[in-house]
Amino acid sequence: MDAPQTGEFAHIGKSVVIKGELSGSEDLYVDGNVEGKIELRNHSLTVGPNGNVKADVSAKAVVIQGKLDGTVIASERVELRKSAVVTGDVTTQRIAIEEGAFLKGKVDIQKEAGKAGAASS
Amino acid sequence: MASVSDNVMRFFRSSSNQAARAAVPQKLTRRSSGMGEISRLLNSQEGLCVLDMGSTSANNIRFFTGKGHKNYSEDLLRSSLDPALRPPDSAGNPVVDSKKFLEENLVYANAQFDVVLCWNLPDYLEESLVKPTIDRLWSVMKPGGYLLAFFHTRDAGPDSICYRYHVTDTDMLEMQEVKFAPPGRPASDRQSPRLQRVFNNRHIENLFRDFASIKFFLARDAIREVLVVR
Repeated sequence: MDAPQTGEFAHIGKSVVIKGELSGSEDLYVDGNVEGKIELRNHSLTVGPNGNVKADVSAKAVVIQGKLDGTVIASERVELRKSAVVTGDVTTQRIAIEEGAFLKGKVDIQKEAGKAGAASS
Repeated sequence: MASVSDNVMRFFRSSSNQAARAAVPQKLTRRSSGMGEISRLLNSQEGLCVLDMGSTSANNIRFFTGKGHKNYSEDLLRSSLDPALRPPDSAGNPVVDSKKFLEENLVYANAQFDVVLCWNLPDYLEESLVKPTIDRLWSVMKPGGYLLAFFHTRDAGPDSICYRYHVTDTDMLEMQEVKFAPPGRPASDRQSPRLQRVFNNRHIENLFRDFASIKFFLARDAIREVLVVR
């Protein structure tokens, strides 16, 4: 999958290594190495196929194609593409998992009051 | 390293069987009495903790979370093939490090799980890991919790296909052949794990001797379902 095509987003290329806390008010595409914490309260995080994230993540939506090791909290949805390798607990309203994705950890579906939420594939 | 690869390759069947298996449908279905009993538990309570020890299954995650339960996924068979678990002994022979295996896998608080789905794991897991794994499961299960495991009967040959089970209904499972590339091999070299042993009933009873009760369900296929209560 390519980087997000809608609106503005920040892009961390595959040669980039970041250690620390990332936060922002725009969508973020990570194809490099990030270690620490990522907080995008009302925006989306995409971990690209070359991405290697060792961080606790909090965002509106999280799409994972590469590796993520850490806790994922997504207020709306999480998508694990077929190349995703996720180790950690996932808390979200909806989760979609493609055939071939790897997940080691907990999935906790927290339905927002008054809205229907579900896991899907 | 060659001997480590050889030991890992023991877990996969030879490629000469691939042509024979080409005509086998990729997914089959079977009715599961054990899963039916677990479904009754799942339908009667909310907020249960379920541990699924097969490969990641969107179906299963959807099934359990859709009923309001928490789903934990841990593909123990894949994890058991990690070459880092096989350091060579003094003679240079790789020996499975069960202590390291349990340090890195099944790391949960005691009495955490209401339901554990072993599927066919004990039949395919390295011998030295089977009992330690069951002992660990005893620790992480709540008293009264259910554990479901499938065991091949002696009618099953060594080339019995290793299946992944997807829950599609209260007592219906979809079976999908498991294949993954051995460590160090390219993704295109996916192979099916090899049946390591066939337990008889006495062996199964010994394996779960620390549990409160055990129930066997026989099926028409070469599988015994075992439902164990912690």
